[in-house]
Amino acid sequence: MANLISDETIEYVGILAKLELSEEEKEQAKQDIGRMLDYVDKLNELDTSGVEPMSHIFPVHNVFRDDVVTNGDDRDNLLKNAPKVKDGSWQVPKTVE
Amino acid sequence: MEIMEMTALELGWKIRKREVSVREAVQESLDRIHVLEGTLNSFVTLDPERALARADEVQKGIDDGTLTAPLAGVPVAVKDNICTKGLRTTCSSKILYNFVPPYQAEAVDRLYAAGGVIIGKTNMDEFAMGSTTETSAFGPTKNPWNPEHVPGGSSGGSCAAVASCEVPYALGSDTGGSIRQPGSFCGVTGLKPTYGTVSRYGLVAYGSSLDQIGPIAKDISDCAAVLETIASYDKKDSTSVKRESYDFTSALIDDVKGMKIGIPSDYLSAGLDEEVKGAVLRAAEVLKQKGAIVEEFPLSLVEYAIPAYYVIACAEASSNLARFDGVKYGYRAPEYEGLHSMYKKSRSEGFGEEVKRRIMLGSFVLSSGYYDAYYLKALRTKALIKQSFDRAFARYDVILGPVAPMTAPRLGESLSDPLQMYLGDIYTISVNLAGLPAVSVPCGLDRKGLPIGVQLIGDCFQEKKIIRAAYAYEQARGSWQAPELAAAQMQEDRQAQSQTVAQTGEAKGQRGGDGHVKTI
Amino acid sequence: MSKQYETVIGLEVHVELATKTKIFCGCSTAFGGAPNTHTCPVCTGMPGSLPVLNKQVVEYAMAVGLATNCEINQFCKFDRKNYFYPDNPQNYQISQLYLPICHDGGIEIETAAGKKVIGIHEIHMEEDAGKLIHDEWDDCTLVDYNRSGVPLIEIVSEPDMRSAEEVIAYLDKLRLIVQYLGASDCKLQEGSMRADVNLSVREVGAEKFGTRTEMKNLNSFKAIARAIEGERARQIELLEEGRAVVQETRRWDDNKEYSYPMRSKEDAHDYRYFPDPDLVPVVISDEWLQAVKDRQPELRTEKLERYRKEFDIPQYDAEILTGAKKMADLFEETTALCGKPKKVSNWLMGETLRLLKEEGAEPDALAFSPEHLAKLIELTDAGTINQTVAKEVFEKIFREDIDPERYVEEHGLRMVSDEGLLRAVVEQVIAANPQSVADYRGGKDRVLGFLVGQTMKQMKGKANPGAVNQLLRELL
Repeated sequence: MANLISDETIEYVGILAKLELSEEEKEQAKQDIGRMLDYVDKLNELDTSGVEPMSHIFPVHNVFRDDVVTNGDDRDNLLKNAPKVKDGSWQVPKTVE
Repeated sequence: MEIMEMTALELGWKIRKREVSVREAVQESLDRIHVLEGTLNSFVTLDPERALARADEVQKGIDDGTLTAPLAGVPVAVKDNICTKGLRTTCSSKILYNFVPPYQAEAVDRLYAAGGVIIGKTNMDEFAMGSTTETSAFGPTKNPWNPEHVPGGSSGGSCAAVASCEVPYALGSDTGGSIRQPGSFCGVTGLKPTYGTVSRYGLVAYGSSLDQIGPIAKDISDCAAVLETIASYDKKDSTSVKRESYDFTSALIDDVKGMKIGIPSDYLSAGLDEEVKGAVLRAAEVLKQKGAIVEEFPLSLVEYAIPAYYVIACAEASSNLARFDGVKYGYRAPEYEGLHSMYKKSRSEGFGEEVKRRIMLGSFVLSSGYYDAYYLKALRTKALIKQSFDRAFARYDVILGPVAPMTAPRLGESLSDPLQMYLGDIYTISVNLAGLPAVSVPCGLDRKGLPIGVQLIGDCFQEKKIIRAAYAYEQARGSWQAPELAAAQMQEDRQAQSQTVAQTGEAKGQRGGDGHVKTI
Repeated sequence: MSKQYETVIGLEVHVELATKTKIFCGCSTAFGGAPNTHTCPVCTGMPGSLPVLNKQVVEYAMAVGLATNCEINQFCKFDRKNYFYPDNPQNYQISQLYLPICHDGGIEIETAAGKKVIGIHEIHMEEDAGKLIHDEWDDCTLVDYNRSGVPLIEIVSEPDMRSAEEVIAYLDKLRLIVQYLGASDCKLQEGSMRADVNLSVREVGAEKFGTRTEMKNLNSFKAIARAIEGERARQIELLEEGRAVVQETRRWDDNKEYSYPMRSKEDAHDYRYFPDPDLVPVVISDEWLQAVKDRQPELRTEKLERYRKEFDIPQYDAEILTGAKKMADLFEETTALCGKPKKVSNWLMGETLRLLKEEGAEPDALAFSPEHLAKLIELTDAGTINQTVAKEVFEKIFREDIDPERYVEEHGLRMVSDEGLLRAVVEQVIAANPQSVADYRGGKDRVLGFLVGQTMKQMKGKANPGAVNQLLRELL
């Protein structure tokens, strides 16, 4: 494998992606990501110099809304799926120390 | 013919002629599901009560002349990553195990307006990530042709439900082949429209720049009719494209004289199963016999589509799936210490292995220092792939090739080696990168009795050309073939039923109300 | 301290735009409202929901860009900034990194040291986050997404400022411009204008910039000035001790007058920006750009010039009036109604500023309607009320925006000029103050003022002062 993924990298990606992996899963992830990257490195065979990166397939642009209020109060519906609710708000573990 | 063995259009016609009532059709669908679900597991959530109530409502609309659409009253199944108001939508993931959307996908809204009756939500690979429907948190769906084999994925539930005649048609979504490949594995017709044709509003995003909703049915006529119903310019989806025409059914013409069909020689090289190759080339020959000009040509860049796809799709997915965090909806871990622990535990427990793998890869390729080398490189490759299709479509009306390198693998064979599984998407993935429309049409069985599909790819907005080619092919091929397994099970059940009725006098048609919300 | 240090400051100013709806959905941006009552699937990050851009946001951003001498990127895009935090429902913020709408501008400021141009690096559009409310009772945090998706522009300056004075001058100027454009009300206290301060210090004469920190949570000009002094001192102390400044984000605590590091190890500062695939590019044609240019409202310099030509008011007054958009608007609207610029200006320059000062409020807080001030001027000019009563009524207008006509009627404040009535009162006053009367007759003219005052008092301030004067002279 040309792409060796370090423990630090896996740890770091875990922080970015908010995923907590067991030691076993970490080893597996190192393998999987390394192998995938080896495969992705195949793209380096292609000369893409001077090629514009293509985000959108079609040159669609300027899709706008008018500045008009269309939504009313739908709080009760939106909160229905919440794991934890208090006082009409989503409840989460405290964010300040 | 049994009601559920009809095509959607045939059934719709019978309903309009009052030969079949909507309730009858819906009950028949529920009955078949009741019999087959134990084997197939096509559905994650069923809604018999609402479906029956809706049946009566639609019947009223048909009777009073307000509902005249060809699909009015025809039952439909919807892939579980498409939001249905008031009906659980899980993406086959534990992290959304209890999510009931307070809003509806635009495509579903349009089906409703046309008198569609939603039977339930179909199983899929978790968040549409997979090619076998085995990554579902609700267990794998089985292939109706042979339950020891996978139905393909990610729209495996929708394709199995249509193939087994549980429903006449279904909606799927296609990010890298997720309609066409299971369509091929299950022997049904699945169409992925040009990007921007069907609104993505309400489709839970995997790879936003690649995702499209599309129809899955027994034949191309149904697919054209369904596409005509669900396609629209939607102001809620900024990537929706205002097309000149939303007519697709007028392309159902048995005439391909002079149509130029190209077969990428790169699609026929190493890695393609000989039986699949034979069936695909025979399908090409059929079209040639009908007057099409068929030739092989080098498409080029085929091998770069998969790596480019996985970079783009995983990058987008890592961001799209960030919202599943235990705060607003879905699964929250029961135990945690503080905010970040809650995030990590909910996501680690809520997501399956394949989803985590793709989120990690996506987070990595976007992370500081790698963005140019991976993400931008992939977007440049995408531009080159699009150019090579542009060149091809300057010469050909339709590109013909296989859907997948082989027929449906056995359950449990694919997940052990993800990279190998990804390679199976080689013929479908570039179509998503280039935003093209493509359809998978059944074109025979292999020696194991598993279906093979031929893929017809059109240039952007040229759905009509592939519909026409598919229709002409179908006319020569003969009508759709149902898997024997389902037929046999139904037969068995009917015999058992008639005995019960004889013994207890309990009428048929009271079933389907059991076990409709699957739990993990 | 042996060495001489220079402070280098750049600002990131967030301005909430005055649109009616959010940037990507049709929810109201109105302030207040019970938690989560201005939300929908889009601004609460529900799966399957999609953003659609509010056109007015682009127009406001362009207007601010033009008014701050920026280049407009006629092809711009939105990117996703990825980070997990509960105030951010999608766990990414839609912003602009790679192609922001405006870049390379600047505005001129004036301080005691003279004039100076502060460069603007870029202006980009983005969405605001929700509000986190800390619940002491349950020791948890509650999330309110009413502000989630409210449109913001972030105005990023070059590191061109060297003192708190320059920073305040820059912010003042920026605020005035944005207010003049009507793009935002720019209230620091309410959070519709927020400034993050990037600050570093270096030895005077040094070429390279020092390591900078970013300070957040600055919600008044005074706090900004204190934070700059505090952080400057902290960094110099570190350097003097031979220690290094760490590049980090710090939270200013205005009570403790000290900044604290904000992030934990769970924050990687790696935002993984990439173009948002759910949004399409914004292409600004020359025609559109020109149309926005043509619609640009008059800014302060132009307004001053016009006031000089149109209205007969002193230059000093004109400068004060145009110093706040709200004042200028009130001046113009009231003048349009009553046609008396000099009188309107007097009310604004006199009583209005006095009352504002008394309350420690900014002109933005003015909430009375021009109609009522115009009516008050009419009432005074017509002799319906006298000046004393007018001041009393104005205070009511200032605080409660009452209708002066109705108020005068309801409280019986009309000026009394009826000679019979006044004569009776004046006679009473004369009878009750024999000493003063004697003094007056003895030649002490100024006692007349006292007697007028006594009469006014008896009349509860409503008497016509001219008539009282005349009567007193006559009867004495």
